[in-house]
Amino acid sequence: MSTAFKSLAVAMLKGFFRDKMAVFFAVIFPLMFLALFGGLLGGSGGSKIEVEQVGKVSVLDDAPKEVRAYLKESLDIHRTSDEKAAIRKVRKGDADAMITQRGDTLVVRFSQADQVKAATVQGTFQGIVQSANIAVTGQQPKYVLHADQVEDDSLSTIQFFTPGLMGWAIASGATFGAATNLVVWRKNGLLRRLRLAPVPTWAVVLARIAVSVAIAAVQAAIFIGVGVALFGLQLTGSWPMIVPLLTAGTLSFMAIGLLAGAVAKSEEAAVGIANFVVLPMAFLSGSFFPLDGAPGWVTAVSEVLPLKHLNEGMLDTMVRGEGPGAALMPIVILLGFAVVVSAVASRVFRWDD
Amino acid sequence: MGAEITAEGLVMTYGDVRAVDGVSFTVASGEFFGLLGPNGAGKTTTLEMVEGLRKPQSGSVRIDDFVPSRREPELQRRMGVQLQASSFFERLTAREQLDTFGALYGVAAGRTDEMLEQVGLVDKADDRTEDLSGGQKQRLSIACALIHDPDVVFLDEPTAALDPQARRNLWDVLRSINDSGRTVILTTHYMDEAEALCDRVAIMDAGKILELDTPAALVRGLDAPVRISVAPGTLDAEAARTMAGTDDVADEESGLTITTRDPARILTELAHRDALDGLSVKGASLEDVFLDLTGREYRA
Repeated sequence: MSTAFKSLAVAMLKGFFRDKMAVFFAVIFPLMFLALFGGLLGGSGGSKIEVEQVGKVSVLDDAPKEVRAYLKESLDIHRTSDEKAAIRKVRKGDADAMITQRGDTLVVRFSQADQVKAATVQGTFQGIVQSANIAVTGQQPKYVLHADQVEDDSLSTIQFFTPGLMGWAIASGATFGAATNLVVWRKNGLLRRLRLAPVPTWAVVLARIAVSVAIAAVQAAIFIGVGVALFGLQLTGSWPMIVPLLTAGTLSFMAIGLLAGAVAKSEEAAVGIANFVVLPMAFLSGSFFPLDGAPGWVTAVSEVLPLKHLNEGMLDTMVRGEGPGAALMPIVILLGFAVVVSAVASRVFRWDD
Repeated sequence: MGAEITAEGLVMTYGDVRAVDGVSFTVASGEFFGLLGPNGAGKTTTLEMVEGLRKPQSGSVRIDDFVPSRREPELQRRMGVQLQASSFFERLTAREQLDTFGALYGVAAGRTDEMLEQVGLVDKADDRTEDLSGGQKQRLSIACALIHDPDVVFLDEPTAALDPQARRNLWDVLRSINDSGRTVILTTHYMDEAEALCDRVAIMDAGKILELDTPAALVRGLDAPVRISVAPGTLDAEAARTMAGTDDVADEESGLTITTRDPARILTELAHRDALDGLSVKGASLEDVFLDLTGREYRA
């Protein structure tokens, strides 16, 4: 029995790694995106507002410690005494803002050249002044702003994109692998042939699962290796949890692939259906860009997509420093998805055309 | 070696079509049995029911004491199946295909070389299946069916889509399959193939077996005349007509053809007259049997 399982798995693995197109789309293609995002956008991530501070500014200098620590994350303050030189710097774009205090007035000078920065500068200091005003009255503020930062902005580009693109790569690999495998084997009669061999059906299914998980492991190893070696990816938190996460994710995507393969009449149709599912799913699951700014309905749709949960779980455990517990819910959801979709696929499944 | 097969009253309908409509036959252990008929005759569906791929809607199949549709491993280890030329794992070499199928049946790796030898693919062992010719694929496919030395072998149109040369080459391989006493069931839509290979043939059309016997007996039972032709100008048409035993004479540009039920007498007479130039003798074939049974030309 184990020899049958092993030989089937080996045959499928050889079949995959000898298929240059499949390897390209499962590994090289997503890596190209990683290089693109990691290399091109790498410099722009997490930049601070550069501020030239002239003289003493009490709203900043006398602010409580925790407020200053928070401001330090968004402001890069450089002290100077030359107001004219500071304004020149702002005008040339070497600094984003000049601040100084005249009496009780906080003066902020900024350049409208970079409108986004200009708005950020105004907003930031508006807020600082408001809270200082309230502090002066000695009252507890009535309204509290829950300033939960848009999390992924705090992650550098590569930290965010590695898990997302990896999730996309694994979703493509597992979905396309299962879909084409099922269609090709049904069309060329190999499914029927295996049905007449003294091999239980579960051994064939198990071999396919083992192969898909192995391919996902190879994809993950390459992605993380390239991310760490070339783009400064740092793994924090319980990143080994990606092993069960990937396994559960692979099962979900295989289930989608099996459904696509069971429905499709030809290999081309199977690839089409898989594409139709995987690419929108990758966009809606935040594989290519963060979903925090997305409208509500997008977020709602993304909740039913397995890739969204895989991505969340991987982000939490790989780069957000979360403990192993953060992977549990995603794993449960992914396994549940796999069970439901597999059940549907098995209803549509045919041994032959 | 070998196994006895009994099929009784097999029926399979698809919608309104009775694809197989009450088919019964038995195959003796060690026999080479043919299911012959045009496309859509119900051969493959019949074979699938015998193999156990489909459960008959009515009727029953036994292979020795097994019911094949129960798919018992014990029986499956004794069955060799060749479904189609392309039923292979993708992108594996001929050797790897045989190793993989061997492993499914728990066969030692040494059998692969033996099988490559038997089907004449030793020098193609390391070629990927996709790169093999049609005939080579069929050989490999048959080797995969025989890798575990089965007692009974099912061959579903093994020579379909092959050119005549490749077909004849494959016959040698097919003949050797039941040398060791295996039971073989073959479906084919080639009359000459059934005649050349099978001990007994069931002629099928529209889901029914029309006739079942040895090829020779089928042809004999037809009592069809023999056509004897000689080159033009060898014999006068009028002289031919007056020869005893002549049924009919056709005088054409290509030559003179005498139709007779007493070929021995006509041939003796022709020899006597020294009129044997360009002689050809054509007996009836399964084609004629089919024509006789169905009233229409056989078209594969």
